[in-house]
Amino acid sequence: MEGRSSPLLISVLCLGIAFLYLPMLVLIGYSFNASALASVWGGFSTAWYAELLHNAQILKAAALSLEVATLASTGALALGTLAAIALVRFRRFRGRLLLTGMVNAPLVMPEIITGITQLLLFVSMLQLVGWPNRGMTTIILSHVAFCTAYVTITVQSRLQTADRSLEEAAMDLGASPLQAFVDITLPIIAPALISSWLLSFTLSLDDLVISSFVSGPRSSTLPMVIYSKVKLGVSPDINALASLIICAVGVCVLVAGYLVRRAERERLRDAQLAGR
Amino acid sequence: MRDEQRRTRSEAVGDSPRQPRSALGQFAERHGRWLIILPPLVFLLVFFLIPFAFALKISFAEAALSIPPFTDIWHVGADHRVHLSPSLSNYKYLLTDEVYVVSYLYSLKTAFFSTLLCLLIGYPMAYAMARASKATQGILMLIIILPFWTSFLLRVYALEGIIRDNGLLNAVLLWLGVIDHPLKLMRTTAAVYLGIVYSYLPFMVLPLYATLEKLDITLLEAASDLGSRPWRAFVDVTLPLSMPGVIAGSMLVFIPAIGEYVIPALLGGPDNLMIGRVLWDEFFSNHDWPVAAAVSIAFLVVLAGPLALHQYYRVRQLEQ
Repeated sequence: MEGRSSPLLISVLCLGIAFLYLPMLVLIGYSFNASALASVWGGFSTAWYAELLHNAQILKAAALSLEVATLASTGALALGTLAAIALVRFRRFRGRLLLTGMVNAPLVMPEIITGITQLLLFVSMLQLVGWPNRGMTTIILSHVAFCTAYVTITVQSRLQTADRSLEEAAMDLGASPLQAFVDITLPIIAPALISSWLLSFTLSLDDLVISSFVSGPRSSTLPMVIYSKVKLGVSPDINALASLIICAVGVCVLVAGYLVRRAERERLRDAQLAGR
Repeated sequence: MRDEQRRTRSEAVGDSPRQPRSALGQFAERHGRWLIILPPLVFLLVFFLIPFAFALKISFAEAALSIPPFTDIWHVGADHRVHLSPSLSNYKYLLTDEVYVVSYLYSLKTAFFSTLLCLLIGYPMAYAMARASKATQGILMLIIILPFWTSFLLRVYALEGIIRDNGLLNAVLLWLGVIDHPLKLMRTTAAVYLGIVYSYLPFMVLPLYATLEKLDITLLEAASDLGSRPWRAFVDVTLPLSMPGVIAGSMLVFIPAIGEYVIPALLGGPDNLMIGRVLWDEFFSNHDWPVAAAVSIAFLVVLAGPLALHQYYRVRQLEQ
């Protein structure tokens, strides 16, 4: 539906984008403010970044969050990919509707409900089977649950467009179904796998509500520490931390976007070379 | 079905039958499907669906000074029978204490108007995106996706930097001479709306763009060839065809916005009593878990309609 847009439409688009980006850019600007007072510009300074390195509470929370995010996104990648294969490749099986529901509902389910119900589950499980104690384990388990949904959605749409006949050709030539999948389909869906791992990683890294419910007394993730500071008002070292996180996420998205785009281009070129 | 196809094809090219498999291979062949289906199915069942059953159970219990802080709804009596003692007191409490009904309605209202605002801003944005050249579309897509990936909490915090009393907005307006006192935006209803629209706008734009981009331009041309004015062509052709995107985007904003906690807690004032906040306080300040469980279950009942609508459109979209 390419075509000319009216100037009005284009200005709404530009204003919308400015609205989305301005607060983040201003925040990054403030993070270099030497003055601790938000309203005064006290000159350029990187002192707040240096201060972060000496804040033991933030460093500890950051380490916990990174560990949780790495494990949770890896677990979600495995489970979500299996779910996507099941939903795309097996048209009919018992529990298909249930699985479809359970991978779509977490996308819109208010976090606060997921958090409370999961906490009630963990508490009841601890009573019944003596596992798991509230802490890192419970945070990882609940993050895997909602990240799995995002992985499934991403991989599912990619898998649907993957050409099935290539895999069948490989099997006709004697490859086992597993071998055919690994050699043919896996490279095709690889960009989706990478981007859904990265998405899970960032989602896990910034979850506040669910973690607050399921975490134990001594396991505060980074967003929980940030939230407790932010509630008291603007603090300059949080400006620095937030800028670092925003830039890191920005780089991740650009890399993921570039990878997906390059893979897409190569695939199109290969398809053209193959004369299809 | 797939095996059949393959078999007929192998026969057609006179292929030799596949080599015999090991015992493990035979097992995988017979039960391979379930090796793939079961892990995610069981995991999500245990850690996503079953928690709702526990919440339902605990919503019938009573708060107690114990670990965990609620009573059991059944016990085995001296006669070795299970005695059920469900209590409806939490649900009665929800109906009698005004704060719950008021905050449910207030959350629905806030979510509805924020969704409408997102739609009014997001639709022209998505439309302009869809009309851009293919190369520009890719870049615009990335620009809209980036905030979607960025931390919610940090974005709400960043917005606070703009709208607080000594923030950028007031500084600019004072400097321009538009106002002579700083506007009081923080801790107001306006700030909550601004926060929700700011946080959820990408969720509205992306599905709208996805439907508009696929739209057949020839239909619009046909409409204008037949003498339709651009505005009429939009109302008669584009808008109805983009309905799936409108519904998908609206549900992605509406449902999570009802339960929003961070935005009313950071940007709103004491009047902005949304259900997410009430639930949070019930849990962390009052430590009344059974009431919190009952609030969640009642919440889920309220959400059943929108959730079903979201599910229906997702499934239909995937089947296409």
